[in-house]
Amino acid sequence: MLLPFKIALRFLKSSKGQTILITFGIAIGVSVQLFIGLLIQGLQTSLVDKTVGSSSHITVSSVSEDKYITEYESLLAEIKETEGTTYVSASLDNTSVLVKNQDNEDVITSEYVLIRGLSLEEANGIYKLSNSLVQGNMPIQNTNQVIIGKEFSELNDKSIGEEIKVFLPLLNKKKTLVVSGIFDLKVSSLNETWIITDLQSSQTIFETPGKITSIEIQVDDVFNSPNITVSIEEILGNNTNLIATDWQTQNESLLSGLNGQTISSLMIQIFVIISVVLSIASVLIISVIQKQKQIGILKAMGIKDSMASTIFLTQGFLLGLMGAILGILLGISLIVLFTTFALNPDGTPLIPMQLNPGFIVLSALIAIIASTLASLIPAAKSSKLDPIEVIRNG
Amino acid sequence: MDNILQLKNINKIYGNGEFQTQVLFDINLDIIRGSFNSIIGQSGSGKSTLLNIIGTLDKPTSGELYINGVRTDSMKKTELADLRNNTMGFIFQFHYLLPEFTAYENILIPYYMKNNKPSKEVIERANELIDLVGLSSVKNNLATKMSGGQQQRTAIARALINNPSIILADEPTGNLDSDTTEKIYTLLREVNEKFKTTFIIITHDRRIAEKADRNIEIKDGKINIDIFR
Repeated sequence: MLLPFKIALRFLKSSKGQTILITFGIAIGVSVQLFIGLLIQGLQTSLVDKTVGSSSHITVSSVSEDKYITEYESLLAEIKETEGTTYVSASLDNTSVLVKNQDNEDVITSEYVLIRGLSLEEANGIYKLSNSLVQGNMPIQNTNQVIIGKEFSELNDKSIGEEIKVFLPLLNKKKTLVVSGIFDLKVSSLNETWIITDLQSSQTIFETPGKITSIEIQVDDVFNSPNITVSIEEILGNNTNLIATDWQTQNESLLSGLNGQTISSLMIQIFVIISVVLSIASVLIISVIQKQKQIGILKAMGIKDSMASTIFLTQGFLLGLMGAILGILLGISLIVLFTTFALNPDGTPLIPMQLNPGFIVLSALIAIIASTLASLIPAAKSSKLDPIEVIRNG
Repeated sequence: MDNILQLKNINKIYGNGEFQTQVLFDINLDIIRGSFNSIIGQSGSGKSTLLNIIGTLDKPTSGELYINGVRTDSMKKTELADLRNNTMGFIFQFHYLLPEFTAYENILIPYYMKNNKPSKEVIERANELIDLVGLSSVKNNLATKMSGGQQQRTAIARALINNPSIILADEPTGNLDSDTTEKIYTLLREVNEKFKTTFIIITHDRRIAEKADRNIEIKDGKINIDIFR
């Protein structure tokens, strides 16, 4: 039946001031809820991205005595097949000690470096190596070429083409490496201690052909890593020497921080919605009283109670719909303004803009449903209204 | 006699416990189909309560009410709403148009309670009624943009749109001047003759009452005088 819809629309139109006020009330509620929600999401995404965006999300390592993983090719292939993994990189990492030339004599220092042999193509996906290369080129396969960090290069005064001597305690041998490039991973501890070469070179240098120390894995959804870890553990199967470590277990404090933030943002959002619901309900209750006469006469003419309440449910729905649309426009404008004017010193936005369409649609739906629910009280009032009260009292 | 309405031993008591007031006492009344009836009585005599009970807007405390031979005092609220929409038209002293709608739209509202789109016949009927009550020039005015007489004539057209068999009117001209009152009654009589609609009209105006087929006077909740002319 279209009549309740027609009447609702006409009621809203005839009291324009009230309609505009309440629509703005809802819109402001929705926009604040959107703004806070999107801001926190953007903040969290950028925080997580900065923390784990360029590192391994799940790492398979060995707990055997020598810490080596052998026969890794089939493992690599299987993990690559696992759903959700994006990059799977084998690496052979060994600590070694820097050897420095003092008075024309090689002296073993106490400065440790981590020599990382990576399957460069896949590792590039994880660490964005070629993007972080500030000078020179990536190492050529199976040579002694390495790339070093910016800080390491400054501290030890090494530039491209120069040699680095290291002592390998396990083999009790000294080796010579050649610098082919300098990287900057934006983390100074990594820039100081990592020397990166390709996997084959590493295997040759450390005389461990066919062996690696870890498999590093990135996944598409970092928050889904526990599930992917489970599937990887299934692949590892009976090999009790191998374990898979999830980034989340190593970043518990970050995650509990994020969790707290999510909960507090959710609380704010819920209270905003509650205040919207209360304001709609109170305005519509007043409107039922204002329209008592009309409802009474409609009932005398034979409108059914359900239709009479539909008038107010429709009003709530329409107000919610208009408020949600206006609120989305306002909320997105707020976010755009915020990311345009609240900038870091380098000109990038303080918090990156992230317009999550699912969240926006959800906010709109919640506003519409909440408004409709808020009109339940006036709808019930209107349903209960006895026409005789109106007729008798004039 | 073909009775459209039958009231049997209708009592109405307001309030409960110690503070009860009986407004109607054992009313027995038959209304003939197609007749034009007037109810007169002093204020507080119970005549409006009687009309509201006949219109199923109010429930009798005891007694039986038959409309078109069907007992209605035990019907459910939705059944009564349907019954009112199909068989009754109401005209009140304070016309009660919906101020948010135009005269034309107000007239169609009882029809829209049952149907979504007006059929050709209904649009024709609405326009016919508008002509009949003489509102052609203001039919697209909002209810608030019309004179009292025009609003009351709109209410009459609205009461007629669903082809009701009974029209109940409670002092339909109570707040109109005597010229307009005269015109409205002539109009109601015309409708009565043209559509054979049964009319039950409460009025204060003796001159009007004298034009009816039957005068019923209510006094202290009882039928005091009942005259057929």
